[in-house]
Amino acid sequence: MGTLEKLRDALIEGKVEEVKHYTQQALDENTPAKTILDQGLIAGMDVVGVRFKEGEYFLPEVLLCAKAMHAGLDLLKPLLVGESGQSAGTVVLGTVKGDLHDIGKRIVKAMLEGAGYEVIDIGVDVDAEKFVESVRKHKPLVLGMSALLTTTMRYMKTVIDALQNEGIRDKVKIIVGGAPVNEEFAKSVGADGYAPNASEAVDLVKRLTAA
Amino acid sequence: MEEMLYSSAHEMIFGFAKKPVTVANGLTFGKGKVVPEVNFTLPPMDLAHENVPEIRERFKDIAHRIMERCVELQQEEVVIEFEHLFDMTERPDFGAQLTKDLKEVIEKYRQSHGTKAALRVTVADIRDRTRPPRMRSGKEIETMLRSFELCADAGADILSIESTGGKEISDNALMIGDVEGLLFALGVLGPRDMDFLWREIVSIARRYDVVPGGDTACGFANTAMQLAHQGLLPKVLAAVVRLMSAPRSLAAVEVGAVGPLKDCGYENPVIKAITGVPISMEGKTSACAHSSPLGNIAAAVCDLWSNESVQDVKLLSGNTPEVFTEMLIYDCRLMNTAIEEGRAEILRDLMVDSDRFLDPQALILDPKVMYEAARVIVNAGEDKFKQAVAVSRYAHGVVKEAEATNKIRLRGVEAKWLEKIGKILEHLPEEEEEFYASVKARYEGHFIPEEYGLN
Ligand code: B1M
Repeated sequence: MGTLEKLRDALIEGKVEEVKHYTQQALDENTPAKTILDQGLIAGMDVVGVRFKEGEYFLPEVLLCAKAMHAGLDLLKPLLVGESGQSAGTVVLGTVKGDLHDIGKRIVKAMLEGAGYEVIDIGVDVDAEKFVESVRKHKPLVLGMSALLTTTMRYMKTVIDALQNEGIRDKVKIIVGGAPVNEEFAKSVGADGYAPNASEAVDLVKRLTAA
Repeated sequence: MEEMLYSSAHEMIFGFAKKPVTVANGLTFGKGKVVPEVNFTLPPMDLAHENVPEIRERFKDIAHRIMERCVELQQEEVVIEFEHLFDMTERPDFGAQLTKDLKEVIEKYRQSHGTKAALRVTVADIRDRTRPPRMRSGKEIETMLRSFELCADAGADILSIESTGGKEISDNALMIGDVEGLLFALGVLGPRDMDFLWREIVSIARRYDVVPGGDTACGFANTAMQLAHQGLLPKVLAAVVRLMSAPRSLAAVEVGAVGPLKDCGYENPVIKAITGVPISMEGKTSACAHSSPLGNIAAAVCDLWSNESVQDVKLLSGNTPEVFTEMLIYDCRLMNTAIEEGRAEILRDLMVDSDRFLDPQALILDPKVMYEAARVIVNAGEDKFKQAVAVSRYAHGVVKEAEATNKIRLRGVEAKWLEKIGKILEHLPEEEEEFYASVKARYEGHFIPEEYGLN
């Protein structure tokens, strides 16, 4: 088995130290960083994604593999030229005002990070001003809002209106999620998309950022 | 707790608790009848100040509809639960006003129809807003206690909360499947916070002569259950976490809570077995709020039967709160008829058998397992960490044995997790001090030790 296959397999098993080791070994063998990334790390994460969707892996395994991938990526970053060394883009995430439910949003964050996005989590009980300020400051590709309560979901509209009033609505794609939210609601508040769970949130962000 | 109030699992049954509880209007729980507990919540709307009049009207209207349905179905006893949303605790006058409004409707029906209804008020744990949270200092705890006080004064009969001490560690621990983190949250931090918080709640309840009901490990064990439901976490871990959470919830009773314990605490039967307090439970009737593999089995030893919470929306036959009231009433009628006719044990056993092998989480809810878990906790002595470790090991053993004897079938990945959990539990330090020293650095910065009376 070649080094890249070993790297891929180590990543699939979530073995952080082995991933570092084989990434370094591949570099020492003069394999181009981009090849190591594509055929080792990304190839491994693709398998992890499939295993998760098929119920072979749970979230802890996915997060461990993502950690292993980042460990390998850290070694490659200085050598990757141009786009491929950078993050896939920035996403700002928060749970809206009046709502303290946290874990769903955190899972979305973790899965987005696993997919290579830089995610800034601005917390729970976040008001419109803070969302606006974060969009200004971090210039994310996507802003994500989470709500678990029927009495807080409407606040998503308040945030979108505030972005509109500040003239920055068009600078960012907006996605929403959480138990009481659905596609129809997302459209009605003027969001660009809705995802029912974390892995679909990743697909959605990919779609929106590719457009 | 040195001994158990029940001497066998067989003795535990729905409708009867060793220590029944009576609220001001004479309504008693755990004395031979299961009482429906209805919980409702608002449809999509916001809680801004300008909407307060509309919310008040809606609350009164919902209470009317619930009480009306009770009258139509000749249900003479009912509990209405008012579970605060964040703003209702954050603005204590607002929560108290709604409490008063609900109580007025209840009182009206007592006068006009003799219906005995009690009002449970569940204050929200707003300390969870900041990270790391301040559990004992800061304005959040002051506001919460003020909210308890105003609601007790405004007509609450029973006080409850879904408290969150330790959740700042458990949220992440659940995501990464960190069993030690869960033990730290539920065996070390949670019980300390429960002890602190419930002394305060009990003292308020005594001052206002209302009932200090109980807490629930919802933020831990039900989060785990939902993660498992979404395929994010193994069910075997959720099953272990359920029992791991029992010593923590028991802590409220140890400092004066008397029940009825809160509906979404599926760990409640363990606490009933030890202390004899009446418990509220939820199962198939709470599918409106979340899915569970515990539809029937959850009712086996309940004293109140609940729907967790349903948002007020229109269906063909009426709005959801009265629709769920009706479903709860019929479930309770069946259980109460079984009691009257001396066939309660048959019904209990059927409810258990219908679900027991559906899922590891259901297996854990078997009253026999719950009873033995209670014994394990009692035998572990006073130390909460030791209790949590012992009962987690017991939960693990139960699932393992059921798997080995083919009573329950686990997917390959679930079986692997069961092995892994077993190994972790086996190799834990036995003493809390040693355990704390071994994990402290790992969780540093994520919790404030002083807020739990730790160094
Ligand atoms: C940006 O793009 C995206 C895309 C996808 C996104 C996304 C964003 N955000 C989420 N997703 C999606 O991806 C995630 C991963 O796949 C998913 O996230 P979820 O969060 O849905 O899923 C999690 C992984 C697991 N799910 C959960 O952890 C939530 C489960 C239920 C049972 C629940 C729990 C456990 C809790 N709760 Co709360 N809680 C309930 C929940 C019932 C339900 N049906 O959801 C609900 C939502 N809670 C409710 C209530 C009332 C409350 N809760 C409260 C507190 C809590 C706990 C702390 C006890 C606990 C915390 C959970 C946590 N760790 O964050 C209080 C709220 C305080 C506040 N202001 O927020 C309190 C007010 C209760 C009280 N009085 O204390 C009800 C809402 C009623 C309503 N009006 O809407 C409720 C339906 C349960 C009920 N009682 O019926 C997807 O939704």
